[in-house]
Amino acid sequence: MALLELRRLNKHFGGLHVTNSVNLALETGEIHCLIGPNGAGKSTLFRLILGEYHPGSGDIYFAGENITALKSFARIHRGLSVKFQVPGVFKGLSARQNLEIALQSRHRGVALEQEIDRLLSFLGLEAEQGQTAGNLSHGQKQWLEIGMAISLKPRLLLLDEPTAGMSPEETHLTGEMVQRLNAEGMTVLAIEHDMAFVRQVARRVTVLHLGQVFAQGSIDQIIADERVAAIYLGQAHA
Amino acid sequence: MNRLLVLFRRLEGPQTIGRGPAFWTMFALVLLVACAFPLLTDGYTVGNTVYFFVWVFIALSLCLIWGYGGSLSFGQTAFFGIAGYGYGILTLNFGAAYGFTLIALLLAVGIAALFAMLLGYFMFFGRIAGVFLGIVTLAVTLTLERFMAQTAGPEWHIGVARLNGFNGMSAMPPLTIPWSGGDIVLFADVGLYYLVLGLLVLVYLGLRVLMNSAFGNVIVAIRENPERAEMLGYDVRKYQLVTFVIGAALAALSGVLYTAWGQYITPSSMGMTAAALPLIWVAVGGRSDLTSTLIGTLLVLAVFQALTIYGSQYALVFMGALLVLTVLIAPGGLVLAVMNQLSRLATRRIQGK
Ligand SMILES: Nc1ncnc2c1ncn2[C@@H]1O[C@H](COP(=O)(O)OP(=O)(O)OP(=O)(O)O)[C@@H](O)[C@H]1O
Ligand SMILES: [Mg+2]
Repeated sequence: MALLELRRLNKHFGGLHVTNSVNLALETGEIHCLIGPNGAGKSTLFRLILGEYHPGSGDIYFAGENITALKSFARIHRGLSVKFQVPGVFKGLSARQNLEIALQSRHRGVALEQEIDRLLSFLGLEAEQGQTAGNLSHGQKQWLEIGMAISLKPRLLLLDEPTAGMSPEETHLTGEMVQRLNAEGMTVLAIEHDMAFVRQVARRVTVLHLGQVFAQGSIDQIIADERVAAIYLGQAHA
Repeated sequence: MNRLLVLFRRLEGPQTIGRGPAFWTMFALVLLVACAFPLLTDGYTVGNTVYFFVWVFIALSLCLIWGYGGSLSFGQTAFFGIAGYGYGILTLNFGAAYGFTLIALLLAVGIAALFAMLLGYFMFFGRIAGVFLGIVTLAVTLTLERFMAQTAGPEWHIGVARLNGFNGMSAMPPLTIPWSGGDIVLFADVGLYYLVLGLLVLVYLGLRVLMNSAFGNVIVAIRENPERAEMLGYDVRKYQLVTFVIGAALAALSGVLYTAWGQYITPSSMGMTAAALPLIWVAVGGRSDLTSTLIGTLLVLAVFQALTIYGSQYALVFMGALLVLTVLIAPGGLVLAVMNQLSRLATRRIQGK
């Protein structure tokens, strides 16, 4: 059964048709990558899934339930979680406190402290735990936010450009982390520009272009698709 | 027993400055001096000190809503006024026998909290935030002031309590504790001093526990990034509303104690100046910490009063200058900056040894 299903999802900003009748079905347990040129509507699609934006028309199903009208926090309770494109950490608080806030609804007392320590070492941020999150490097902020997102133990993890600003090694490590989480049962939908990352993790790839699903298939099929190359090239020339 | 231990541990945490034996020894010493103070000085000074203490509750309410929660509210003054008038109306009608003044205190705070709940519901669930929250709350405060100021006519009364327009209400009974050997009337000296000091310690420690709890974490998270907080599964508007209502109740406590202290309340206690002053105390003290807010408020109040002797207009100009100075040299608050500097020196000393 599809874990997430988008049915004919439309979103306008004034005259701008940002997502145009998007249909997308995510299988339980897969790692799915969403790619597309800048401004294709990828982040907007995430915000629709999360309930930050409301679609003009269309429906969103999660685990069989129509969640189109649910508030954001309620969707999180259903098992969604996100890492935003621009790292959304609590800048004025320490890295440790950031994780505490993410974990405290599931753990308490000593168990909470242990869980924070475990997550800090998983993210490789032990040395930075006392630092104000706003002072971390861009990559560290990304990791911290990924840590916050996964600490909810979501059924579906949404990652918006998780490796932006990371070195190739860090990108590869992030890929391994995503695979490990997936092996534990987490379904992942990731927006990525880094093709090495997409190749490393994705089972299926969806290309979004001008708010529409442009192509879908395995990474090899997508890369072999000349039309896809054309839209990226078109953008490079523009 | 276990619960109590958890509460004790929450007296310290990342959200409040001050930890360890040094801090709590200092705290105990200050408290000891505060307890002995009425024995060392005259009745007038004691009464005046109560007056200072009374304002700390409204300052702490702003610290909670603005400093920790990130929403600038001018509404604290409205809740102050509502509760002050509420206490007056209730006690003028039902008197002070059988400990009714204490019930009136609770009722007045409850009425203000209920009002805050309604107002807060429309604001937070209507997604009013940031500057607009300040504008709406200021409008509410000034509307209340205008309304109360035009209630001079005899038709404006609730029961036997005349509202008296701009002159305000007076002659309500002070707080009275029922006692078997005869009621204890808390006039504005030693009796009221110990009650207010007790409440102050309770509220200060209670807020420390609250801010270092899971709830406090969420409040601060919402200040830092409401979107992220929502995406961790927190119903942001509900948390904001609860914080707003707690803050309103504290401001209301200030209002009741002020009214019981001076046995009067006027519309100008809800005016523009009245709304602006607490913001200045809290901004100058350091709004993001309870302790710096408390110390800052008492300091600024004392200086303000000392200057008022030379004319209240100079005192107000001084307050304005102080605010500008704060914004320029220590935007987080002057007292807070000094406290941070001191703790840095202390840790360097320890490390140096
Ligand atoms: N709140 C908004 N109001 C108006 N236009 C918007 C809004 N949010 C996004 N857009 C527009 O919608 C289009 C899609 O934006 P979106 O952020 O979804 O693109 P994207 O695919 O994530 O791009 P990128 O790869 O650069 O992150 C863009 O043209 C953008 O300017
Ligand atoms: Mg984007």
